[in-house]
Amino acid sequence: MGKAFHRPEALADVVTHYCPGCTHGVAHRLVAEVIDELGIRGRTVGIAPVGCAVLCYNYFTFDFQEAAHGRAPAMATGIKRVRPDLVVFTYQGDGDLASIGMSEIIHSANRGEKFTTIFINNAVYGMTGGQMAPTTMPDQRTTTSPFGRKVLETGMPVKMAELLSALETPAYIVREALTKPKYINRAKKAIHKAFSYQLNKTCFSLVELISTCPTNWGMTPGDALKWAEEKMIPYYPLGEYKTPEAGRLNPAAGRKHAE
Amino acid sequence: MQSEVQFAGFGGQGVMLMGQILAQAAMNAGFEVVWIPSYGPEMRGGTAYCTVVISDRPVGSPIIRNPQHLVAMNRPSLEKFASTVKPGGVVFINASIIPVGAGRSDVDELRVPIMEIAKDLGNVKAANIVALAAFVARSRVVSFEELTGAVKQKFAEKAKLIPLNVKALEAGRKAATGN
Amino acid sequence: MGKVLMKGNEAIGEAAIRAGCLNYFAYPITPQSEVAEYLSKRLPEVGGVFLQGESEVAVSYMIFGASACGARVFTTSSSPGISLMSEGISYITAAQCPAVFINIMRGGPGLGGILPSQADYFQSVKGGGHGDYRLLVMAPASVQEAVEMTMTAFPLAEKYRNPVMILGDGLIGQMMEPVEFPDHLKSEPSNKDGWATNGMDTRRSSTRNLVRTLYLVPEELNAHNLKLKAKYDRMIREEIRWETYNLDGDYRMLIVSYGTMSRVCRTVIDNFKAKGIEIGMVRPKTLFPFPKQAIYDAAAKASCRAAISVEMSMGQMVEDVELSVKGLKPVHWYGKCGGDVPTPEEVMEEVSKLMAS
Repeated sequence: MGKAFHRPEALADVVTHYCPGCTHGVAHRLVAEVIDELGIRGRTVGIAPVGCAVLCYNYFTFDFQEAAHGRAPAMATGIKRVRPDLVVFTYQGDGDLASIGMSEIIHSANRGEKFTTIFINNAVYGMTGGQMAPTTMPDQRTTTSPFGRKVLETGMPVKMAELLSALETPAYIVREALTKPKYINRAKKAIHKAFSYQLNKTCFSLVELISTCPTNWGMTPGDALKWAEEKMIPYYPLGEYKTPEAGRLNPAAGRKHAE
Repeated sequence: MQSEVQFAGFGGQGVMLMGQILAQAAMNAGFEVVWIPSYGPEMRGGTAYCTVVISDRPVGSPIIRNPQHLVAMNRPSLEKFASTVKPGGVVFINASIIPVGAGRSDVDELRVPIMEIAKDLGNVKAANIVALAAFVARSRVVSFEELTGAVKQKFAEKAKLIPLNVKALEAGRKAATGN
Repeated sequence: MGKVLMKGNEAIGEAAIRAGCLNYFAYPITPQSEVAEYLSKRLPEVGGVFLQGESEVAVSYMIFGASACGARVFTTSSSPGISLMSEGISYITAAQCPAVFINIMRGGPGLGGILPSQADYFQSVKGGGHGDYRLLVMAPASVQEAVEMTMTAFPLAEKYRNPVMILGDGLIGQMMEPVEFPDHLKSEPSNKDGWATNGMDTRRSSTRNLVRTLYLVPEELNAHNLKLKAKYDRMIREEIRWETYNLDGDYRMLIVSYGTMSRVCRTVIDNFKAKGIEIGMVRPKTLFPFPKQAIYDAAAKASCRAAISVEMSMGQMVEDVELSVKGLKPVHWYGKCGGDVPTPEEVMEEVSKLMAS
C-alpha cells in the first residue's frame, strides 16, 4: 500500500514559525496542494504580504516576491502585465489587504487583473501585536481597542468579499473558512477554482478565508475555532459571491458553495 | 546670431502650431532651435503663448524675457507683450480683431487682416498660416522656402489640407510684402 | 534616422522604446503627462505594455513586480508623484531590482506649482524614501541629453541592479528641440536568471528565486547594507559624469549648475566674456555620484576667488558644492523657486555683486 498522506512538492519541509493553532499552515498547505495538482510550480510566482505571512515564502518551494504593506496586488499587476504566462498569487492578511492595501486590491480587481488573491481574515493584526483591523468584530477587544471595538467611532467590520463583488468587472470572489474539515475541503475547491480561472485567463479571483488567531485573541486553539464559527461566520457568510458565469450571488440568502 | 519669436493668442488660434512650424523650418535650415510653450492653467483659461529661439550655435538660456519679435494674435497678447520686444523687432498684429497698435515707434509694426484673408481662401482656420507667412516674409527669420517645406511636412498626414495652406502662405507673403 | 523636432516628454518616451524598454506604468501629473499620452499610443504599436495605475504608490510597485520578474521597465512622474513613489523606490533598491524613474520636476513643497523647478535635489540624491540607499541620478540639460540619458539608464540600472533616476525639470519635459536617437545606445536586457523571480521553468537550475527586503537578523541586515554600499562606492568610482565650460584660461568665479539652470549660466558666462570678464562652470551630469574632484580642482585655480551654486531651489546642491570645495574658497548660492526661472541678467547681477564684495 502506498503512502496516502504526503507533503506537497510545493510545500517546504521546514518547521513553522506560526503560533500553535494558527490556520496559516492550513491555508499554505491548500495552496501548495492546488499548485501540485495543477502542475504549475515551475511557473508560479507568489507574493508575500506584510504581516505574519511576510515569511510565507519559507514554506513554499517556488519563486516568491516580498511586497510592502498592502502593495502585493500592484506587484502582481506588474508581473502579470509583463509576463502573462506566469501564474501569480498574492497571499494577504486583513490589515494588509483591507486597510493599507484597500486601494491596490480594489483597482486590481476592477481592472480584472488575471491573478489570484488568498485573503486571510482573522479579524486582527497579527504580527504587529494584535491591533484592531478593519475586519475586527464589534466589541472585540484588541490592543488598540482595549474596551472593545466601538462601531460608532470605528465603523462596522469591512466585508471584503461583498465589497469587491459590487464591482461590475467579472471576477471570481468566494469566502470560505478554515475552522473545520468540511469548510477546509470547500476552501480547497475554491482555491482550485480560483487558480483555474487564472490559468484560463478568465478573470481576477479572490478567496477570503475566515481564520483564527488564538494568540492575539487570547484563546486556546479550540476556543478560537469555536469563536470564529460563532462570531465571525454569521457576520461573514460563506459561499461564492461572484462568478464570471453567474455574476453577483448572495450566499447569505441561499448558501452556495464551490462544488 | 540668435533670434527669438514670441507667439501669443487665444487657445484655439493655432498659436502653438505656428511656433512649431517655425521651429521645424529653422531646424531644417540647419539652425539650433528651441520651442517653449506656456503650460498649465493659463493654457486653458485664455492666453496661449510659446517662444521659438533660433540660433547658429547651441541655445543657452531658453528663458526669454525680451524677444526679438512678437506675433500677437489677439489684443490681450499684444498689450501684455508689446513692451517686451527688443527695439528693431517685428511686431505682427492680427488686424482682424486687434483695433490698436503696439504703441511703439522703435519696432516694425505689421498689421494684417489674416482672418478675412483666410475666409476668402475658404477656411478661417488657415489664419494662423497666413499670419506666420506674413511674419516670416517681413522678419526673414527663416527663408520662405524653408517655411513652405515645414508647412508641407506638418500637414503630411492631412495631405488634403496642403493646397489650402500653400495658398495661405502665398496670401500671407503678399500681405506683408505687397507683391 | 535624422534629426526630428520633439517635445522632451515625448522624446523620453520614444528613447525608452529605442533603448529596448517596452514596459511602462504611470500615473498622470503635470508637467510630464505627455509621456503617458505618447506611450499609450506608441507602446501598443510595438507590442509593449502600457498601464495607467491607480496612484503613484501602486505604480511604483507595478514597476517593482515587473522588474523583479526580469522585465525592463520604467515610469515617469513629477515631484509630488515621486514623493508617493519613494516608498516603492526604497523597496526596489533594497531588493536590488533595476528600474528607471524619471522626475520632470515642478515646484514644491506640497502641491507647489507646475512650472520648472530643481527643488527635488535632496529627494533624489540624498534619499526620498527610508533607509540607506542611493539612486544613480542623471540630470539632462537638453532634450537630446534627456534622450541619451534615458537610453543609457537601462543598462546602468541593470549593471548595478539599482534604480536610476533621470532628474529633469518642467522645461526639459515641455520644450521642443531637435533630437537624434542614437542607434548605438540600443541594448538588450541583461541576463536575470540568477536572481529574477521569472518562474523556475525558465531557468536551468532547480533552485527557486526570492526577491525580498526583510532581514530580521541584525548581522544579515548589516551585511546586506554593506553589499548595497559596495555598489554605491563602485558608482562613485565608475559613473561620475560632468561637463566644464570656459575653464581653460583664468576665471574669477566658478559657477556650479545643472540641468536647465546650467543653460542659463552658459549664457551668463558668454555675456560676461563679451564684457571681458571670465567665469568658469562645472556642470554635474550625474548628481549622484557627484563630481566632487572636478569641482574641487576647478575651485582650486589661483584666479578663482569663489564658487557659486546656481539652482532653481532654495540651496540644495550648494551643500554638495561646499563639501567638494572643502573650505578652500568661499561657496555661495543663488536661486529662485516656483517656476520663476532666473534670467541670465539676474544671475549676472548676483555674480557681479559677489565679485565686487
